[in-house]
Amino acid sequence: MSDTPSAQEIIEQTLMRAEQALLAAGTVAELDAAESQVLGRSGEIAGLRSGIAARPVAERPHWGKLLQDCRARVGTLAAQRRAKLWATERAERLAGEARDLSEVLGEAVIGRRHAVMQTWEELEDIFVGMGFVVAEGPEIEDEWHNFDALNTPPDHPARAAQDSFYLDVPGPGGREGALLLRTHTSPVQIRLMENQAPPIWAVSPGRVYRRDTPDASHLPYFHQIEALVVDEGISFADLAGTIDSFTRAFFGEGVKSRLRPAYFPFTEPSAEFDISCTVCSGKGCRTCHGVGWLEMGGSGMVDPAVFEAVGLDPERWSGFAFGFGIDRCALMRRGIPDLRLLVENDVRFLSQL
Amino acid sequence: MRVTLSWLEEFVPLGIAAEDADSVAELTATLADLGFVAESVKQVEPQAPGVVLAKVQEITAIPGADRIRRVVVDIGEAVEVVCGAWNFSVGDVVPLALPGVVLPGSQEPMQRRKMRGVVSNGMLCSGAEVGLAEDAAGLLIVPPGHGLVGQEVSSLRGLGRDVVFDLEVQANRPDGNSVVGIARDLAARLGLPFNPGGSSAVLSAMASGVSLHRGPSGAAELPAESEGVWVRSEDAEACPRLLARAIGKLKVGPSLPYVARRLGLCGMRPLNSVVDASNYVMLELGQPTHPYDMARLGGAGLVARRARQGESIKTIDGSSRELCPPGTQEPPCVIADASGEVVSVAGVMGGASSEISIETTEVLLEAAHFSALAVARSSRRMGLRTEASLRYEKSCDPWVLEAAIARICELLAESGSSHDGPLVGVTNMARQGSPVPLRQARASALLGTALADGEVERLLVPMGFSIGKGGRPGSVDVEVPTWRPDVTREVDLIEEIARQRGYSSIAPRFRRAEQVGGLTPRQRFRRRLGLTLVSLGALECWTPTIVGSGSQDGLGTKPVEVANPLVKEESALRTSLLSGLSAAAARNLARGVGRLRLFEIGRVFGVGEEESVKERETAALLVIGEEDVAAQAVLAWRSIEAALGLQRCRLARTEAPGMHPGRCAELRAPDGSPLGVVGEMDPDLAEKLLGVPRRAGWLELDLDRLWASPRRAEQVVAPSRFPSAEFDLAFTVSEEVAAYEVEEVLAAAAGSALESLSLFDVYRGAAVEAGERSLAWHLRFAEQDHTLTDAEVSSYRQTCVEAVEAAGMGRLRS
Repeated sequence: MSDTPSAQEIIEQTLMRAEQALLAAGTVAELDAAESQVLGRSGEIAGLRSGIAARPVAERPHWGKLLQDCRARVGTLAAQRRAKLWATERAERLAGEARDLSEVLGEAVIGRRHAVMQTWEELEDIFVGMGFVVAEGPEIEDEWHNFDALNTPPDHPARAAQDSFYLDVPGPGGREGALLLRTHTSPVQIRLMENQAPPIWAVSPGRVYRRDTPDASHLPYFHQIEALVVDEGISFADLAGTIDSFTRAFFGEGVKSRLRPAYFPFTEPSAEFDISCTVCSGKGCRTCHGVGWLEMGGSGMVDPAVFEAVGLDPERWSGFAFGFGIDRCALMRRGIPDLRLLVENDVRFLSQL
Repeated sequence: MRVTLSWLEEFVPLGIAAEDADSVAELTATLADLGFVAESVKQVEPQAPGVVLAKVQEITAIPGADRIRRVVVDIGEAVEVVCGAWNFSVGDVVPLALPGVVLPGSQEPMQRRKMRGVVSNGMLCSGAEVGLAEDAAGLLIVPPGHGLVGQEVSSLRGLGRDVVFDLEVQANRPDGNSVVGIARDLAARLGLPFNPGGSSAVLSAMASGVSLHRGPSGAAELPAESEGVWVRSEDAEACPRLLARAIGKLKVGPSLPYVARRLGLCGMRPLNSVVDASNYVMLELGQPTHPYDMARLGGAGLVARRARQGESIKTIDGSSRELCPPGTQEPPCVIADASGEVVSVAGVMGGASSEISIETTEVLLEAAHFSALAVARSSRRMGLRTEASLRYEKSCDPWVLEAAIARICELLAESGSSHDGPLVGVTNMARQGSPVPLRQARASALLGTALADGEVERLLVPMGFSIGKGGRPGSVDVEVPTWRPDVTREVDLIEEIARQRGYSSIAPRFRRAEQVGGLTPRQRFRRRLGLTLVSLGALECWTPTIVGSGSQDGLGTKPVEVANPLVKEESALRTSLLSGLSAAAARNLARGVGRLRLFEIGRVFGVGEEESVKERETAALLVIGEEDVAAQAVLAWRSIEAALGLQRCRLARTEAPGMHPGRCAELRAPDGSPLGVVGEMDPDLAEKLLGVPRRAGWLELDLDRLWASPRRAEQVVAPSRFPSAEFDLAFTVSEEVAAYEVEEVLAAAAGSALESLSLFDVYRGAAVEAGERSLAWHLRFAEQDHTLTDAEVSSYRQTCVEAVEAAGMGRLRS
């Protein structure tokens, strides 16, 4: 027996040294150096491998296997150690990059749609969901479309220069008469019926004009939306149902609608439509003047005279129409106390929308 | 229209006590459901509570006093008081306020007082003191038969606790401007008799249908002249019926307490027994009348005619009015007396010269039917609206005139002595229109609810309609009462059926359109534009359409003018959104806001060729308070161009009104059509409009043109899976040549393999010659089917350089 160390012993000692060196490495760079001292091209294992040739032939396979296992073992240890060091280093590096994100400078860079436009589009969307299309028409109208075709009596106050804005330019004359800024969006309905055969299910939103002196609840220009349905067999019950659906969709499930008799030249029967007060739920409060209901707008069955004006047979077709103010809906939705705020365009107001 | 509960109660037995709030609320709801919405419902306290009626027994002088007298009155017991009034005598019934009573308008309770050694155990009251008249000169004398000795004044007819309803009456319901009209609808709805009770023979006759429902039978038989009293209408169109009655032996004084009180509660000032009777009947029956002082007329005749040139009248309100100024197209209808003098403006207001006074002893009472149009025109032209004109404008019942006269005579007789003289009249109109056919099936179909057999009759007849056999099966002929001029067609009857039945009785039906609802592509395009502007940090504004004419000076477009603006200075329709957005900006700048991005999408107007009016939809963005505002406007445009999927547009340098002459570009679609302008506002104009010297970036787009301009294909090109090759090209380019022009040449030369082309550097300075600048582009190429070879890339490069140089647009910088 010679007292030279066995292959096993030599490898174990190599392993132990390598392990110590790897553990001692405090950085990834030191680890890399330690690892290459064992596994590198001129490392310990390479040295031992080159010594195999000097060994007896019978021992050579044994040496080979031991060296391979040793190399694998050192590689694993180095990888484990490297992962740990990486994590530590990363943590230190990122900790150095920490910052208070609430100290970031600058404001939001998003604008806002106007309250009226938001409401306008919401209303359009509700009616679209109910199967309506959106129709538009000119803001400068002629008397025929704005009044005559809508069965407005010749002496109706709305026709007076006191109530409507007439234009200082020659109108088309003849049947069309003078030009004015439309006083409602109803002429869009006339244009629709002139240009399209029923069935018609359409809403017409738009800006309209009346000679009202501005105050908290009046502006000389405002926005309206009107619904028109013309089909066979349309009845007052359909009007009530459509208004009811709309009311619940826009104002909420708990809000009720009611119709009560009114007079409009272009509808018969005519009805004012009210909704239960959105502030007090109908119990009576200051907003609804104690009556529990808020006046929304006008409605009714299309007057046969209107059908005749556009060449539709009132015996075959029937229809209903209803309309109301978009601005007022915006006021209610947003709790805006004064209509004039809508046109002041104060950025402190606009940026809340 | 104001009406009191007690007055309604005289026509329909509602059985509602004024203090019963629940029943009053229910009645208010019923009225609303009939179309009479209450604008207010007011409880009123009993009139002068505690004041009792006393009969004068003895009047004696007080020694040493020449203004006051000692009066003993009977209230069931004798009471001694001191009184300073002199208009009464023994036997008269007058109000007495005993100690402790608080009179209307006073805070202090009545005290026992001693005057000239006589103890006054209360106070005898004038009409003013009990709140029933303005006349405080003498005591209120209650005519015989209108109250018992010792009875509280507040328990007299019409003087108790009451409720005043201020009702909104629809323009097509002239009958609603009267107590009977409202009562009739209520009676029909509530299934109660329409019954005036026993207080008035005239009203009883009306309710029984003799005259109110059908009108008097002998209308046409009235003589035009009788015992020297006569009427004539020279204008059958404006005045188709003119009736008059002479009433004599009058003693004009304060009205009966209930008349005075109801007039006051309904918003009319009580004046004297004659005028008040006329007004009371106007409120009650809806028919205005006018009493003239016979002694102050030029004879006992009345003529209805048009005013003549040069005529004028001093009306009761004290103003002198020229009736027919030169150039008057359609003179107003007037009433003239027998001497030809104008004594009233027909249906509007009477003249001061024949006004009723305390001295009046004989009255000529006019009751006429004037056409609604004629009165509306006179009233509008004279700027005079009265209770009478308002009623005539809505059109009155032509056949209620006889009843109105009879009722006034009745009231005058009730308040004292009077003698009904001759009644005369002329009529130039037919009595009744033709009956209106009504198909029950049609009514059911239009209302969407099945009407039961007999329901039509049950609903319509109590309102005065009568139903006869129709000409066709399933149809009836409905005769319309004369006070319902609004009902002329079948559909009007259907509305009456629905109204009387109650709109809420028609169950809602939820029918849906067969079509699929949706926005048009153009509408979605507009919404996307709005959202893009919002994403660019802009706040949407809503600015006025009618603007000050001066605010558009320098914008170059001829505005459409409004003929009748609210404010004289603001009469132009906006030709651009610039004036509105600038004004909005100015307001915010004045408040110290530094940075602003405002936008609006709206219509603008201009006068086009041959005076035609042009209406366009535009969008505009205003940028203030940022570095290089013109560039910001351009960047905003690029985002909009990309968001709307537009093909790359040209920014062609141009000069436009209102814009900085060197910083304005016209946006042009690839086909050359102009889409709008971008750049900076003229700095001088900006300072003028904004009120402070600020640079303002401006972008204005024509939506119709934007919508019509070519857009990128909806189909996408899949990105190449082979690597891209890229290089930069820098050219020196004359300042005369726009960057986009070079870019177009580059894009055309680069061909289909070009993936992207972007300008990344602009240099002016020592390295380039004056009048030139260096523009550098980054170009990236890729092919769909192979990796580009070096040879291909260098050929692209060469082609691009040669194209720019050949076009004379620039030289490659080495």
